[in-house]
Amino acid sequence: MSVVSHTVQHATRSSRIGVALIAVTLIALALAPFWGDRQTLRLLAEVYAFVALASLWNLLAGYAGLVSVGQQAFVGLGGYLLFWLVIVLGVHPVVAIFVAGPVAALIAIPVAALTFRLRGAYFAIGTWVVAEVFRLLASQISVLGGGSGISLPAAAVIAMAPTRQAREFEIYWLALALTVIVLAAIVALLRSRHGLALTAIRDNELAAQSSGIGVFRIKIIIYVLVAFGTSMVGALIFLQKLRISPDTAFSVNDWTAFVIFITVIGGIGRIEGPIIGTIIFFIMRQTLSDLGSLYLLIMGAVAIVVMLWAPKGLWGLIAERYGWQALPLQRHLVLKPTKTSGRPS
Amino acid sequence: MVPILALENISKRFGAVVVADEIDLALNEGEALGVIGPNGAGKTTLFGMATGTVAPDNGRVLYDGKDITRLAPERRCRLGLARSFQIPQPFSGMTVFENVVVAAAFGANESETAVYGRCADLLDSCGLIDKANKRAGGLTLLDRKRLELARALATEPRVLLLDEVAGGLTEHECGTLVELIKTVRAGGVSIVWIEHVVHALLAVVDRLAVLHGGKIIAQGDPRIVIKSPQVAEIYMGIAADA
Repeated sequence: MSVVSHTVQHATRSSRIGVALIAVTLIALALAPFWGDRQTLRLLAEVYAFVALASLWNLLAGYAGLVSVGQQAFVGLGGYLLFWLVIVLGVHPVVAIFVAGPVAALIAIPVAALTFRLRGAYFAIGTWVVAEVFRLLASQISVLGGGSGISLPAAAVIAMAPTRQAREFEIYWLALALTVIVLAAIVALLRSRHGLALTAIRDNELAAQSSGIGVFRIKIIIYVLVAFGTSMVGALIFLQKLRISPDTAFSVNDWTAFVIFITVIGGIGRIEGPIIGTIIFFIMRQTLSDLGSLYLLIMGAVAIVVMLWAPKGLWGLIAERYGWQALPLQRHLVLKPTKTSGRPS
Repeated sequence: MVPILALENISKRFGAVVVADEIDLALNEGEALGVIGPNGAGKTTLFGMATGTVAPDNGRVLYDGKDITRLAPERRCRLGLARSFQIPQPFSGMTVFENVVVAAAFGANESETAVYGRCADLLDSCGLIDKANKRAGGLTLLDRKRLELARALATEPRVLLLDEVAGGLTEHECGTLVELIKTVRAGGVSIVWIEHVVHALLAVVDRLAVLHGGKIIAQGDPRIVIKSPQVAEIYMGIAADA
């Protein structure tokens, strides 16, 4: 048995405050249909979708080191799966979201087998090529409108909820719930034994391999899980839009460039990063979008400044300076005072 | 007796540079083998090939009589082959404790909570217990080297490959380290130790091999090998026949 008497804790003071704040915020957000107007709900649902997409990309690129610029493949795949399930098979739209996830995960396995043969920048380009192939394939599906796209049939929309307001509430709560599920799953993963391995891979792949961690296997699993989550979010995004087309579904700008921007400015490789990043992104978008293309230039400049001055993102800056964690992920060794050599810090 | 680790006829070249030229080297169970040689002699590459991070061009790697030449690094680690890196490779964003826990859980294939006690003890014996909750990226050189050793030991190895763990340490620190390695050895772990700090090495090893230009040019009793003309030649530029 151990000579050093100890306990191991996850929570710190900052994470207790963090969890309390998150809980209060979640309650307020869940009640948004009672305090917000239609525009607010639509905007918030979009925010949730980006939080989820960025958190998933962060898991992929920030932790597993798989810098994909082709995650729009799975956003679009999720969207198209939803439309196909609803239009061709007559599945209820909400059920279709939950079918889209596992189906996309299955499709992600051969995609991984192909793209994992490539390394670094080649992998990034490879994933983008896959997304383009998906876009071209989608434009060939005539039953889903081919290249010009298709709207969700009115009957299926009405089947969701009798009134427009009820449907909007339903989609809002679905978006919130899905994002909470995605984030909770990521937190649970990172707190687990495999999360520890994933964090080790983030920090040093060579040392991770040499410490008995099956790096390749974990990367494949993460890729497939991220495809699962990304497709469900994609399905929900296009259920909210009620219309899909190959160009919007597989847009590298919307589903990858913005997502990378969000993750990088917020703090890559940290769970809090994408949440902070999404808030900054939407504040910028809401205040600057009237400026037209100048808005994109400003965003680019912000990205460059953050990358130069805070390469680990804004949350990275805070976390390193103050040792904060908003969620209890770290394991803290707490020594009992019986041992003379150690002292709890 | 089957050696616990054997490199058979191993060759490796990077472009025109031959770093291993048909090397044969074996480690017996319980033995401590020292490896010296000038910079660029191919010492670290030898460890890379033994642990699977570098693929040899030719030859075989045997662990306990089994051919592991094509086995992935993580599988070799789980078999009991652990390594410390010359340039410390900490998981810098994780705490010192987490560094050791992840190696213990995966290298020894155990559940996370089952290894907490062992890891706390290990940090205590490696002199890192006070820094258990510090980020590994913020450690001093000595502590990074200690962490390399602690993390390798956490995987419960049968063979420990140490790559210049004493380099850059003060005399006192070096003495502490030598005692620690002796304790590890007394626990039945076989050791291969690459080191430039010869007196530290001689305090531990039973056998010394000299690597130069991708070949083992001398090996045997450490005290005899260190005084051999070949060693004098490569380190001091004195011709062997002078």
